Amino acid sequence: MYRYDQFDHQITAQRVAQFRDQVYRRLAGELTEDEFRILRLQNGLYMQIHAYMLRVAVPYGLLSAAQMRMLASIARKYDRGYGHFSTRQNVQFNWIKLQDAPDILTDLASVEMHANQTSGNCIRNITSDEFAGVARDEIVDPRPYAEILRQWSTFHPEFAYLPRKFKIAVTGATEDRAAIAVHDIGLAAVKNAQGEVGFRVLVGGGLGRTPIIGTEICDFVPWQHVITYLESIVRVYNEYGRRDNIYKARIKILVKAIGIEEFKRRVEADWQFTKDGPCTITVEELNRVAAFFTAPDYEQLPENDAAVAAQLCENRAFSNWMQRNVKPHKVPGYAAVVLSLKKTGIAPGDATAKQMDAAAELAERFSFGELRVTHMQNLVLADVKQSDLIALWQAARELGMATPNIGLLTDIICCPGGDFCSLANARSIPLAKAIAERFDNIDFQHDIGEIELNMSGCMNACGHHHVGNIGILGVDKDGEEWYQVSIGGAQGNDSSLGKVIGPSFTFAQTPEVIARLLHVYVRERFADEHFIDTVRRIGHTPFKEYVYAAPIEAAEGLTGEEYALLAAPYDTPLYAPGV
Amino acid sequence: MIIKNKTIINDDWIVFRLGEKDTPGSVVVPPGKVIVPLKVWQAQRDVLQVRTGLGVWLASDERAEDLKSDIENFSVIAVDFPKFADGRGYSIAHHLRTRLGYTGELRAIGDVLRDQMFYMQRVGFDAFAARADKDKKEALKGLSDFSFTYQASSDEKLPLFRRIQRGGGL
Ligand code: HEM
Ligand code: SF4
Repeated sequence: MYRYDQFDHQITAQRVAQFRDQVYRRLAGELTEDEFRILRLQNGLYMQIHAYMLRVAVPYGLLSAAQMRMLASIARKYDRGYGHFSTRQNVQFNWIKLQDAPDILTDLASVEMHANQTSGNCIRNITSDEFAGVARDEIVDPRPYAEILRQWSTFHPEFAYLPRKFKIAVTGATEDRAAIAVHDIGLAAVKNAQGEVGFRVLVGGGLGRTPIIGTEICDFVPWQHVITYLESIVRVYNEYGRRDNIYKARIKILVKAIGIEEFKRRVEADWQFTKDGPCTITVEELNRVAAFFTAPDYEQLPENDAAVAAQLCENRAFSNWMQRNVKPHKVPGYAAVVLSLKKTGIAPGDATAKQMDAAAELAERFSFGELRVTHMQNLVLADVKQSDLIALWQAARELGMATPNIGLLTDIICCPGGDFCSLANARSIPLAKAIAERFDNIDFQHDIGEIELNMSGCMNACGHHHVGNIGILGVDKDGEEWYQVSIGGAQGNDSSLGKVIGPSFTFAQTPEVIARLLHVYVRERFADEHFIDTVRRIGHTPFKEYVYAAPIEAAEGLTGEEYALLAAPYDTPLYAPGV
Repeated sequence: MIIKNKTIINDDWIVFRLGEKDTPGSVVVPPGKVIVPLKVWQAQRDVLQVRTGLGVWLASDERAEDLKSDIENFSVIAVDFPKFADGRGYSIAHHLRTRLGYTGELRAIGDVLRDQMFYMQRVGFDAFAARADKDKKEALKGLSDFSFTYQASSDEKLPLFRRIQRGGGL
């Protein structure tokens, strides 16, 4: 993976020093909260209900074992012993004190990590395919380009104060595993007829209040020009994006307002000034960066391992895990393994410091010391020998990271919701837990098959509910939390936005609503048909009719103390110096 | 007092802003070294262009291109930041410097604060009318937050990867 040179180190260190001084000035009262807020956001510090949250960047989802151990150490030293892996391949710590933030950033810098631009109206952490470099369907390894773009976007002087946040995702495989269609810019690396590498560029996708699938602005930008082309897109957005209303400030609104043709015309008019100019990427620079992403020392191995084959027949639990959590690898005898952070009872995406340390150790033992964070909020060991799968499975099981549910009902994407987030209408983590408990039976889940359930606590859509096959959205009705359910959303190559099925439900009704949706699916499905395909084939009506046909009882047990709508009585005082 | 070329200097320019009842065509521009709003320049070009020592300022929703043929008339061009979080001024400066080839004084006015000045300097500002309530000496420090930068901009014509030999892969 990429390693910092002296320049990366120095830039990172000076950023920490700059922020340390800003925190100092804030605490000394020299900066008002209004002045400071935007500075801290650009350093990853968010104010939640109970404390500051620090969002640490995991560039394109890649982590070394040493970096993972540092995350564990931060969780122990400055937080409450755990962290949260997010849909944007970042890590969030929920219980941070402002005074500690500069020291945490210093710790991160020591392992070549940072929290730069993980929040605020700037270019955010660039996300990518969690199977980059190992996927069988890969056309071009996106990681060198993602790193080159990371450096380009880091402290870009012209684009630190955009109308709104700006998210970029890059993929290089046939199957889109980075949700590029719901990003402000989505890049798909492709090859043209001459075998040259370039990018198909999508623009103006995004979720939030106004979910929009991105539109193609150019079908092939040669790789040398990707910086200048993106620079022109962001410049046009900076100049013309709306600033009068934050809900209309994303690039998607601009693209819709002036139309993709006019938007493209402006971008390409600007690009004429910079195309072929000094910001054109050189072959030397691409080679320098690409050299960090060369294949590890793979062994020559047979395609399949005999012991694994034997276990597959004998051991149901193991074969479930193989079926769901183990993915094909381009090198014979290897596999990519997903470590599930979706064990029932745990907040989706949460990992304890102990699990982080253990995952780092597994990476060293089994996967050349590297891990990846997925946008589905799980972890990946990308280079595991098939002959190690049994040992890895046993180790992961002991750590609670081998739930065989990847891509299944309980592999829920879930935002922090009302337990942490001050913008929430409703809680999402407890509902995810209630749903996972109701459908905990793994045989049932395997029978239901591939399905995505995504949940957000409000219309900001951090939990991607619009693109969930089943989407749950927390809504506020007279101060009470309710949940709106939609079906038909999907991410990836065939992205679509879900449609709401009807009036919303209470917390305690929602698991039953999910059960009824699944009932209709099981009744109507053709053999091997996934939930989303059934929805697309038969439409919403049968689902809707069945869900609302009979009164929905509140599930027993879900109305008690444990699920009461009360901010948890946490004892950490919210540290905010006089505003 | 303003910051110019990394030092604090006395400043005798007056930034002229329209009052609520003023219209660009009829407002009387005071004598002396005045930086007038773009709209006033456009409305009173005939009268104003005979003056020496005139400056113009752009609001964040105005465009550098509107000055295209007039740039020679000004010894200072200013860009207003109504709020420091309004980032349009950075692109305006970029256009003035790199597209229109403006080489004279480019001054940031309005909500100009230390913590944004490094970026402002990069896109081509060389003068900063830092907000009156802030200590100018402190503000000056903002100009030296970083020793290296990744991108090309007005201050560095080349991106880092063309500027220096970078460290290689393993
Ligand atoms: C307390 C913490 C958080 C707050 C206050 C917050 C706030 C927001 C807001 C306001 C938006 C809407 C932006 C817009 O439409 O312009 C948004 C979108 C989003 N957030 Fe969060 N967020 C939080 C945590 C998270 C977490 C934990 C994740 C990942 C699991 C996440 C991922 C996203 C994503 C993927 C979007 C949608 C991107 C888009 O609109 O295109 N956020 N967030
Ligand atoms: S979706 Fe809403 S409730 Fe959930 S984290 Fe985002 S802003 Fe908070």
